[in-house]
Amino acid sequence: MAGLPLYAQLINLLAAILLLLAFAMLAQRRVLSLIDLFAAQGVALTASTAIVAWGTGQTHLWFSAALTLVLKVFVLPWILYRLIRRLDVRWDVEGMVNIPTTMLIGIVLVVFSFNLAYPISQLASTVTRSTLGIAIACVMLSFLMMITRRKAIPQVIGFLSMENGLFFAATSATYGMPMVVELGIALDVLVGMVILGVFFFQIREQFDSLDLKHLEKLKEPE
Amino acid sequence: MTASGFLSQLLQLAVALALAPLLVGWVNQCRAWLQNRGAPPLLLPYRTIHKLFSKDAVVAHGASPLFRLTPYVVFGAMCCAAAIVPSLATDLPFARAADAIALVGLFALARMFIALAAMDVGTAFGSLGARREMFVGFLAEPALLMVLFTASLISGSTSLPTIVETLAHRELGIYPSLAFAGVAFTMVSLAENARIPVDNPATHLELTMIHEAMVLEYSARHLALLEWAAALKLFNYSCIGLALFLPAGIAEGSDWLGMAAAAPLLVAKLAAGGFALALIETLSAKLRIFRAPEFLGTAFMLAVLAMLVHLLLES
Repeated sequence: MAGLPLYAQLINLLAAILLLLAFAMLAQRRVLSLIDLFAAQGVALTASTAIVAWGTGQTHLWFSAALTLVLKVFVLPWILYRLIRRLDVRWDVEGMVNIPTTMLIGIVLVVFSFNLAYPISQLASTVTRSTLGIAIACVMLSFLMMITRRKAIPQVIGFLSMENGLFFAATSATYGMPMVVELGIALDVLVGMVILGVFFFQIREQFDSLDLKHLEKLKEPE
Repeated sequence: MTASGFLSQLLQLAVALALAPLLVGWVNQCRAWLQNRGAPPLLLPYRTIHKLFSKDAVVAHGASPLFRLTPYVVFGAMCCAAAIVPSLATDLPFARAADAIALVGLFALARMFIALAAMDVGTAFGSLGARREMFVGFLAEPALLMVLFTASLISGSTSLPTIVETLAHRELGIYPSLAFAGVAFTMVSLAENARIPVDNPATHLELTMIHEAMVLEYSARHLALLEWAAALKLFNYSCIGLALFLPAGIAEGSDWLGMAAAAPLLVAKLAAGGFALALIETLSAKLRIFRAPEFLGTAFMLAVLAMLVHLLLES
């Protein structure tokens, strides 16, 4: 640890913060706080991308950092806030499993992904390779959040934060993807968000609720 | 055991015994200021203890010897703990007898005796408080152990003086694991010392009290010892926190000059820590008792994360 350069230490710190935010989202009951946490994750991601860009001299990562800042800290949370206001849903999030149990499952997932990432990161030659485990853990935790939440909006936030984890894996373990790929993903996320926003209204019109358990029935109610 | 080691051990114990009520008084005063109330005098805890020692003890009918014995056991356990935790110097002959895990055991011993004594008299409040205390305790203990394990992993030893020496001497760097462990430790300390998110030390409202419910039947010298022990517990937890997360300034070996410099530094750190505690207590609301598992579960999770992050990022 002590032998690492300063930028690598900062990235390690931000990786730990990302993991913490993923857990905080897992434990959060309120939708509005969930969006704030998602925005905070975006800030951490922007900072880590900028630090990788500064530390390794990869200029195209500055653009990624700017894109992340605009998209994940301002645009997406703004869309989500607007959706919530229009849908008028401010209820507490209902989980399928109670929160302490969810967090224990989360710890098991973290141990699993650290084990998974360890042999892979041994092969890598980048300074920040050890953060790969944390990135995988963030993806897993977001996945867990999507599984344990019933309502549509928390699931979508889980999906978005999963993308955050993937993005972090890309920047920290391999110093970023080609610009075209990054632009494509950013556009995909934005378009996906807009489509899901339309879906929210459709789901609510159909079932009078955003609870996704209604979607599990394949037949029309008789 | 050298004579100077013995002397530094005695001095540290005396400092702990003398400063503990002052720390409680300081926290109460800060809290009163922050809440715009008139502050009680700083030395009030000493006066309370003195007053209680000069009164006649009243013991409930049907109380067993355990009830009389408990204040001495609890006070003794806290004194032992104060002798193990390095607050001024790391040359503590007594600390070789017990490491960080035994320290957690000492706290558990005190908790068990006080819970048994609370149930001994058979009042409703006593057993209610005892049950809540054990409920909080069994959730807080694993988290505390995990915090200590993280520090042990970093320093390669479970002995507190060795941990302090290693942590004070490592290279400057960012240690996310210690940050996580620090937050987890703060949460555990709040729960263990009956502070606001979990318990309220200033209330005698039957629905909410935990620690106060257990000592309700005690009077005079017994109560004085228990109050002093509670103050010592707060002091011990603060010193463990300072030793793990702000170890700079604790004298190494039996260096008398270092100890003379460590004493004012300790007082300054404790004053800052006490103010922070009062701030936390003012800013947060008391949790419902059934939210306590969530609070302490978060602490446990943070402590485990600290350990995992240390293994992944810092090894």
